Amino acid sequence: MIWLTWRQFRWQAITGAAVLAVLAIVLAATGPGLTTRYDQIGLPTCHSTCTALATRFINELEFGTYGKLFYAGLVAMYLVPALIGIFWGAPLIAREFETGSFRLAWNQSVTRTRWALAKLSLVGLVAVAGAGLLSLAVTWWASPIEQALSDGQPGSNFLPLSPLVFGARGIAPLGYAAFAFVLGVTAGVLIRRTVPAMAVTLVIFAGFQILMPTLVRPHLIPPAHATAPFNANTANDFEITSNGNGQPATMTLVGNYSVPGAWILSNQTITRSGRVFDGPPAGACISNSAPPQACNNWVNSLHLRQLITYQPQGRFWPLQGAETGIYLVLTAGLGALCTWQIRRRQA
Amino acid sequence: MTAAIEASGLGKKYGRRWALSDCTLSIPVGRVVGLVGPNGAGKTTLLSLATGMLGPTTGSIRVLGGTPGSGPKQLARVGYVAQDTPIFAGLSVADHLRFGAHMNPGWDGDLATRRISQLGLVPDQKAGTLSGGQRAQLALTLAIAKRPELLILDEPIASLDPLARREFLQVLMETTADSEVSVIMSSHLVADLERIADYLVVLMGSRVQLAGDVDQLLASHQLLTGARRDPGSLPPGEHVITASHTDRQSTILVRSDEPVLDPSWSVSRIDLEDLVLAYMGQARTEAAGPAAPAATKILEEKR
Repeated sequence: MIWLTWRQFRWQAITGAAVLAVLAIVLAATGPGLTTRYDQIGLPTCHSTCTALATRFINELEFGTYGKLFYAGLVAMYLVPALIGIFWGAPLIAREFETGSFRLAWNQSVTRTRWALAKLSLVGLVAVAGAGLLSLAVTWWASPIEQALSDGQPGSNFLPLSPLVFGARGIAPLGYAAFAFVLGVTAGVLIRRTVPAMAVTLVIFAGFQILMPTLVRPHLIPPAHATAPFNANTANDFEITSNGNGQPATMTLVGNYSVPGAWILSNQTITRSGRVFDGPPAGACISNSAPPQACNNWVNSLHLRQLITYQPQGRFWPLQGAETGIYLVLTAGLGALCTWQIRRRQA
Repeated sequence: MTAAIEASGLGKKYGRRWALSDCTLSIPVGRVVGLVGPNGAGKTTLLSLATGMLGPTTGSIRVLGGTPGSGPKQLARVGYVAQDTPIFAGLSVADHLRFGAHMNPGWDGDLATRRISQLGLVPDQKAGTLSGGQRAQLALTLAIAKRPELLILDEPIASLDPLARREFLQVLMETTADSEVSVIMSSHLVADLERIADYLVVLMGSRVQLAGDVDQLLASHQLLTGARRDPGSLPPGEHVITASHTDRQSTILVRSDEPVLDPSWSVSRIDLEDLVLAYMGQARTEAAGPAAPAATKILEEKR
């Protein structure tokens, strides 16, 4: 079975290895330069000037080649599992159904179950290994940038815990690759046609990649809370919405207090009674003639508090473990469904 | 001695349609069995049930004493060339032999290599570029070289040209001659089976119409021609299969284990093709109602 699986998979494996090699060469060629620049700026030895140096480093990179490569690395990490599902998973068994060759394969001295398990586990392991290597390389490459971001821009959207970066670092991509692959295989077994199975795989996997960070990941570990007094003079945002028709206007306030390196899930401004503050604004805040400070003074007199719900920086690995675990459980479930379908398939 | 195929009340239903119903058969081992019937008669269904590709809706089937497709041992005992002779289009001929060797503990590599070279197949050629006849030969080689006890062939030559048909049958006959293998081969043409089969199963309208040793079947059927008379007046041992009448003459096909001694009949033998057509016609008549003359008509046209 190992021979057959490899023989049927080898061109896809070679293509995958070539893509991986190209990415690895690009990263290996540019990584040392990035590290050298990080060292030159003096970030490894900084004491009191770290924030300023890190900001300089980030600004320097942002619109240059390294910045583009950083974004490209993120895109690649999300694309690779999807491509594995579409081009390795979906055709794996669907193509055998389309060409009828499963009738040949299932009538040798090897049971269907063994045939299916060999294909699933061998190609699946290659997929996971490939995604793992790529994650390792990209994480290594981006480490100076991430270090500088956490020193210089603790509120950045590109910290390891932020939804966009989280799925492109650590072990999560291994879980995505395994899941996308088995999802593709299962779609192929159920639909029995390669191209529709590819499309279904893409849609379902994209759905998971959107729903996971928005609905599931924030609650994998109960989030932490922090509060601070709301200071209108340093607030990030004041928003006053007039509803017209004599309805009272509403007012939304966003404070500037943050937790460094954390994934901020929500940032609310609450009254002393614990209710979310929504106005109505005092006349000083609506009037065009009143000085801005008058509105600030009024807001400060309310003694509002800022409530932050967040996942702290230190939870990166626990969250990675939990999410990867979920995907591996889904993978095992789909693998079992797939094998069971093949076993009972009336052909 | 266990039977090659032992079916009891076997049936398979797709949705509301019975593809095979109430099939009871006992085919002995060591025979070359021809499974004949028109398209859609249930031949592929019966063979798929025998290989375990399908599971029965009703009844049971045992192949060489075991449950079809129940495990590696059972799979190793049955060689199967499925309809349309599937192969891996992207793999070369040599790769197919490697595939056979990796997938079958009983693989006879010498036999496979010898047959491939006898057939003139190029080992490096991709199977997807083979002609229909070569493709069928490759599929047959894979099935034979795994050294099965039972070889099941589902219309392997239906799409081949006459020369490729002859070559395929030639190879099949050589194989059965120098090994103990039992063979079941289906076709919708009696002529394909006539040369190799020594046992015949006729399927029509999802039912088995006739099954038995070819020589015995031929010996026990007689075509009676004589002055017109009612088929009901024949002795009880003579079962009427078909009857046709002109104003003066009756032609009646009867099955009888005893010789027909009535001197008013001119008795003649019937060949296999006419016999099969008679049974198919009879099945069609029964399906259409007692008045339909289709059965006799087929027989008349053939003569």
